[in-house]
Amino acid sequence: MTRLAAALLAFLTLLFGIALCVGPAQITPLESLYALLFGGDGPATLVMREIRLPRALLAVMVGGSLGLAGAAMQGYLRNPLAEPGLIGVSSSAALGAVLAIQTGLAASVAFALPAMALIGAVIGVLLVIALAGPRGSSLTLILAGIAISALASALISLVLNLSPNPYAASEIVFWMMGSLADRSMSHVWIAVPFMAVGLAVLLSLGRGLDALTLGEDAASALGIRLSRLRLFLVFGTACVVGAGTAVAGTIGFVGLVVPHILRPLVGAQPSRLLWASALGGAIMVLAADILVRVILPERDLKLGVVTALVGAPLFLHLIYKTRRQLG
Amino acid sequence: MALTSRAALFTLASVLNFKLISFAAALALSGAVALAEMPKRVVSMNLCTDQLAMMLAGPGQLISVSHLAADPRSSALADEAAGYVLNHGRAEEIYLMRPDLVISSSFSSRTTLDMLARLDIPVAVLEPAYSLEDVRARLLQMGDLLGRSSVAEDMVAEFDARLAELRMTGNTRPSAAIYHANGYISGKHSLSGQIIDAAGFDNAAVEAGVAMGGFLPLELLAMLDPDALILGRRYRGASRSEEILDHPVVQKLREGRASGAITDRDWVCGTPHVLRAIESLGALRAEIVEP
Repeated sequence: MTRLAAALLAFLTLLFGIALCVGPAQITPLESLYALLFGGDGPATLVMREIRLPRALLAVMVGGSLGLAGAAMQGYLRNPLAEPGLIGVSSSAALGAVLAIQTGLAASVAFALPAMALIGAVIGVLLVIALAGPRGSSLTLILAGIAISALASALISLVLNLSPNPYAASEIVFWMMGSLADRSMSHVWIAVPFMAVGLAVLLSLGRGLDALTLGEDAASALGIRLSRLRLFLVFGTACVVGAGTAVAGTIGFVGLVVPHILRPLVGAQPSRLLWASALGGAIMVLAADILVRVILPERDLKLGVVTALVGAPLFLHLIYKTRRQLG
Repeated sequence: MALTSRAALFTLASVLNFKLISFAAALALSGAVALAEMPKRVVSMNLCTDQLAMMLAGPGQLISVSHLAADPRSSALADEAAGYVLNHGRAEEIYLMRPDLVISSSFSSRTTLDMLARLDIPVAVLEPAYSLEDVRARLLQMGDLLGRSSVAEDMVAEFDARLAELRMTGNTRPSAAIYHANGYISGKHSLSGQIIDAAGFDNAAVEAGVAMGGFLPLELLAMLDPDALILGRRYRGASRSEEILDHPVVQKLREGRASGAITDRDWVCGTPHVLRAIESLGALRAEIVEP
């Protein structure tokens, strides 16, 4: 366990360093790190501190959130297909964020953006859990997810098309596919409090999720209060997914791919999968964000494109594996 | 004179429209009796043609302009536009106005123009202006279309004289970048590029290899570090795309330097209002050159 944590942390640190050195501006790695740490008058300091640092930080924060949320939902629903993007939680959060921007709320109070996304995410999670039922069978889970995603996406498009602003409609792509381009430290600061709370709440669920692998009755017998567990899960997931989506849009499949790869390495134990998936998610989104800048440095290739190219085939594989259960 | 004006009519770059060609041909065939052919019910359906038409049309000749012409954020003649019927560029409403000439831009919806042509309404299509030379050409073209060439020629002469007064020819040319929502930068071969050129600025986009205009990542803008940063205007309502104009990097690039300039309504269209934009940039340049 500690070896896995150390390995993930080392890899994450390495990628973080690379992310700081990759970008359209031609600055050597040595120069960039010097400008980041010691500053200076040149534009390199501005680029490092105001553009690349917040971007790398957000990649870690958003990725960690999505990985953690995926692992937590899969633990609770005991279903490997539960992922915030696939089951409509991210889209609902995005709808909240879009409403915050278009009503002008986000412009007057900065925290309104993640707060509205959180409210959207809460509604999304509650709907999914209500529709899929406590046992969360794959079929109902995915169907509920499709319905919620479709509705939220349609409402996002409607709101953005109704906006008097000529740029609004083109932003549908951002909300569907996600991007970390042109973010600043202010986005880091508005997301941090929500993510910290969500992280603490979700990591505290480890024991309950472990007990739940034995079944609901056994878990109750072990002293786990299921209603409280569900409440924490809904709130924690909404916190991290809401804040992440508010600043980076919808980035799918992270919560599906990461727990799937790490599950065998933690002995399929939900409590250990939680922190491992948070680290793994951070690695995946950071790597994806480096990739989009290497492939098309001058243009904003959306992050969700890369994560879907990796995630969608795995999703198909998982559906194939569980097809008997799906009937 | 009549011959050259007919020729100008034929050189409208986007005369793809069959009805327009037949309309122009009819005009050309009818000889030099320009007054007899002067359109009496003109509808304009593009922000830029709206403004040219309002400047040049005779009394009662222009009956409708687009709704954008009445928006003070985008139109330099918003007050004047309030006196006209406002259209929304839809074939139905325009047909019901019974126009004898519709003036549009090559940016207008092709399907709408085709529909109007099928309904036997003459449609003229003007290209947008990409340079100050284009501004002169569009004035003359509009003058020809409205049968008011002499007014247009006077206006062009006035434009030339004022431009000659305003054009900065000094050797000191500070660099300037024009940055819009989503990180779009205007190049040298664009109307805004030509405006800052005439005001005595070098376009920083050239250094970044952008000619007409294109998307420039914020990182590269920071590395260009221009002497002046002119920001794109904002539209009504909110958008994520315009957030970049508030980014700390953009704010830092404007701090302590000549700033405040925004590509407002005087920059949007190729009309003599661009002279006001050039004039206001003169003060900005003076701030940099003689601090």
